[in-house]
Amino acid sequence: MQLLKHCREWIDERFGWAKLTEPLRHKTVPIHKLSYWYFLGGITLFLFGVQVCTGVLLLLYYRPSANEAFESVQYIMTRVHFGWLVRSIHSWAANLMILTAFLHMFSVLFLRAYRKPRELTWVSGMILLFLVLGFGFSGYLLPWNTLAFFATKVGTEITGQVPLVGHTLLVLLRGGEEVTGATLSRFFGIHVAVLPGLTALLILLHLALVQRFGMSLPPGVEAKWKVDPTVVREMKFVPNFLLREVMAWYIALGVLGTLAALLPWELGTKADPFGAAPAGIRPEWYFMFMFQTLKLIPSKILHIDGELLGIGAFGLAGAIWVLLPFLEGRREKRGGTLIRGAGIFALCYIVAMTIYGYLAK
Amino acid sequence: MAIEDSQPRRTARRRLVEILLGGGVFASVVSFLYPVLKYLAPPPVPDLGQDEVVAAKVGDLKPNGSKVFRFGSRPALLLLTPEGEYHAVSAVCTHLGCTVQYRNDLHAVWCACHNGTYGLDGRNVSGPPPRPLEKFQVNIRSNEIIVSRQRGA
Amino acid sequence: MATLQNNGCWRVLLLAAVLCALAGGSRAQTANTCLDCHGVLDPPLRVTPEQFSQDIHAQKGLTCASCHGGDPTKADMDAMSKAAGFRGKIERGQIPGLCARCHSDGNFMRKYNPGLRTDQFSQYQTSVHGKLFAKGDRKVAVCIDCHGVHDLRPATDTRSKIYALNIAQTCARCHADAAYMKPYGIPTDQFAKYNISVHHEAMTAGGDLSAPTCTTCHGNHGAAPPGVDSVRNVCSNCHVFQAQMYDKSSHKNVFQAAGLPGCVVCHSNHGITRPTDAKLGTGPEGVCMQCHSPGDDCDRARLGILAGLTKLDESIKSADRLLAVAESSGMEVSEARLQQDQARDSLTKARVTIHSFQPQLIEQDIEAGLKITAKDLQAGKDALAERDYRRKGLGVTVVFILMTLVGLYFYIRQLEGSSSKGRA
Repeated sequence: MQLLKHCREWIDERFGWAKLTEPLRHKTVPIHKLSYWYFLGGITLFLFGVQVCTGVLLLLYYRPSANEAFESVQYIMTRVHFGWLVRSIHSWAANLMILTAFLHMFSVLFLRAYRKPRELTWVSGMILLFLVLGFGFSGYLLPWNTLAFFATKVGTEITGQVPLVGHTLLVLLRGGEEVTGATLSRFFGIHVAVLPGLTALLILLHLALVQRFGMSLPPGVEAKWKVDPTVVREMKFVPNFLLREVMAWYIALGVLGTLAALLPWELGTKADPFGAAPAGIRPEWYFMFMFQTLKLIPSKILHIDGELLGIGAFGLAGAIWVLLPFLEGRREKRGGTLIRGAGIFALCYIVAMTIYGYLAK
Repeated sequence: MAIEDSQPRRTARRRLVEILLGGGVFASVVSFLYPVLKYLAPPPVPDLGQDEVVAAKVGDLKPNGSKVFRFGSRPALLLLTPEGEYHAVSAVCTHLGCTVQYRNDLHAVWCACHNGTYGLDGRNVSGPPPRPLEKFQVNIRSNEIIVSRQRGA
Repeated sequence: MATLQNNGCWRVLLLAAVLCALAGGSRAQTANTCLDCHGVLDPPLRVTPEQFSQDIHAQKGLTCASCHGGDPTKADMDAMSKAAGFRGKIERGQIPGLCARCHSDGNFMRKYNPGLRTDQFSQYQTSVHGKLFAKGDRKVAVCIDCHGVHDLRPATDTRSKIYALNIAQTCARCHADAAYMKPYGIPTDQFAKYNISVHHEAMTAGGDLSAPTCTTCHGNHGAAPPGVDSVRNVCSNCHVFQAQMYDKSSHKNVFQAAGLPGCVVCHSNHGITRPTDAKLGTGPEGVCMQCHSPGDDCDRARLGILAGLTKLDESIKSADRLLAVAESSGMEVSEARLQQDQARDSLTKARVTIHSFQPQLIEQDIEAGLKITAKDLQAGKDALAERDYRRKGLGVTVVFILMTLVGLYFYIRQLEGSSSKGRA
């Protein structure tokens, strides 16, 4: 403890550490019935940290060429000490992170934390969500197994359907007309360099904005507290809330370890670009709702290509979602109800389509 | 009075919590770091990639001897001629896939299933095999015999 | 004006002359006017230029006149002049002699393809077809029945009637036709039986063109069934080890003495299906009990052999199952998988050794296989033990995590409890 104190003083004398961390020490977190939702952001950040650590470890043995990718993952799973643990944690944490990111977004939506002045926090968060989905899509191909290969083929095929820029996008993503080793190289670069860089920057921005504006209060609680200030309950961020966050993170670690040991991520079979696609090819669960929607749309609606309409609809929905805070308008109550309605619809739609996607065929 | 009584209990409680927390954190951190450190150490079987394998060590084979080893997911045959030359060929017979062997009486590679015979360079010499065995390159590095796929040409 | 007209006339005449010369010249190059008419006649007189261009003889420069006589340079009916040796349709009895005129002449054939054999006709004369032909039977096969005529292709051409994959079909044209074969009193089920055989499967599904077809065992030009004593010789061309063991076995002399056709007794001749261990059983596929009596020494030996083979087969399967479980748990068992292939080779070898009819030899192969499967089974068990070790490690870590969580919980309570106590 003495040593720690000395280190802190040493840094403070040179960098003004105490002054820098002053706002953090004053930061408070409101306590109310819905406080538990505040943990989701921190858990997503923690899982991102897990991904960076396990990702760097995987980088030490993984080889990003069509010839060797599958074998290198096999080598990690079977020969490297605890390679099975690192790889399975990476795969499970990826899925968990996407789940918590979605939950975080929906909880912010339903708790109306996107309202003024936090509009840009919402926008940066939405961009982070898209980046996380990009991580999922690019990382999925890297083991170069049959499922990954064909899922990428279908996914990039759909991208190619976007009007005007679709084909250019497809060629840019695939590094050619078809999914080949060039695609693997590209996805690898995107997954380990481009996306981490962008995500790191956006996380810094997102956290700075959260710090700047403090924790938002759900409208109901806000009203109650305005009426009667004596019922206001808050806890300090450091150390009280942080300690609770650490508890949540430890639970997450335990869950990840259990999943990795009891349900190891499978290796699959090596991709054969000239082989036939196996029956029942489908994307990972986080893309399932879009995939299922596109499958259900009839091929032509009023002379417009059905798939195009579907992609257009999702594009529009994405754009609206990013701009949600700006759409609430002046009549806050009406706008708020509209957005809550949209949120409920979106959540139900995503859940229903995902389940449907798995039950069908 | 009540406050004084509870002091030693509080201290004892505090100590217990400290031990629990400190011990738990230390033990869990060690249990996270141990796999990571072991992970960093190169495994005993090096990953030379798909195209290279350590088949044996110098001295493992006697002259006119042979060894079946794994190359990728299929068996391969390493043999040492009486003159001291190493040869390596695929051990999958090109007829119906049986594992071939080295016959030191015939000085040839032979398949027991249908009496197919190959030369030491994998050429199909007699019997049903329609194609030669795939030939591999043999190099010696320190005291290891490295078998790799043919490069170039 | 007059000059131009004159020039125009001369030009047309010159053009016509050139065209005639060209046409005449081209006719002289192919020198096969026969196809001009016969290309448009109705069958059976029809032979089109497209058809004839596929013929190997035409490609080597022969014309219709090479076999039919006549003058191929003359137009219309003048070509079929008796003076030029025109024979019209070759009478069936004359066909072998006509083909042999060139194909049995070594000096002549050397000019076209030195590697081609020239003994086809003499071989034909030793065949069943040739012998009956010599007696005047015109229903039997002659050269053109198998090789075709007018679009005769070499055996390496996939469209040829005698390409490896097509041979059985060609023979079946007569030999599967019950009405046609009636006068000869031989079965007509060979083709049907061959089509379910493992040899047919090797050729069609396995792509092995060296697999046996009709001519492999019966010969092509000298086609005749191998004699009862020669069956073993024919089969041994490929099935070397089975034949060697059979030679040293008790069954060889017994079958020979009884006039039984060796391999065919247990494996049949045309409908040779893939043998399974059921051949050693007592069911419909069992062959031993066709001769042996239940309870005698041989029956007991049979049971012993069957038991040994079943044991090895089961052992291989159970090791495979365990390795699959280990693999699906994420464990590395590729080395053991490779060894399993060697165990399977042992089983194959044991099944070949059956033909020695000596149980102790078969036992040796089975024992070798069982040693390997025992090791692989152990490898599978070791892999599962490693998996359990991992789970134990996980358990320990979870305990530490829980410890930390409990510690954190009480620490937080302490932190917040003391402040509230302070206030109180």
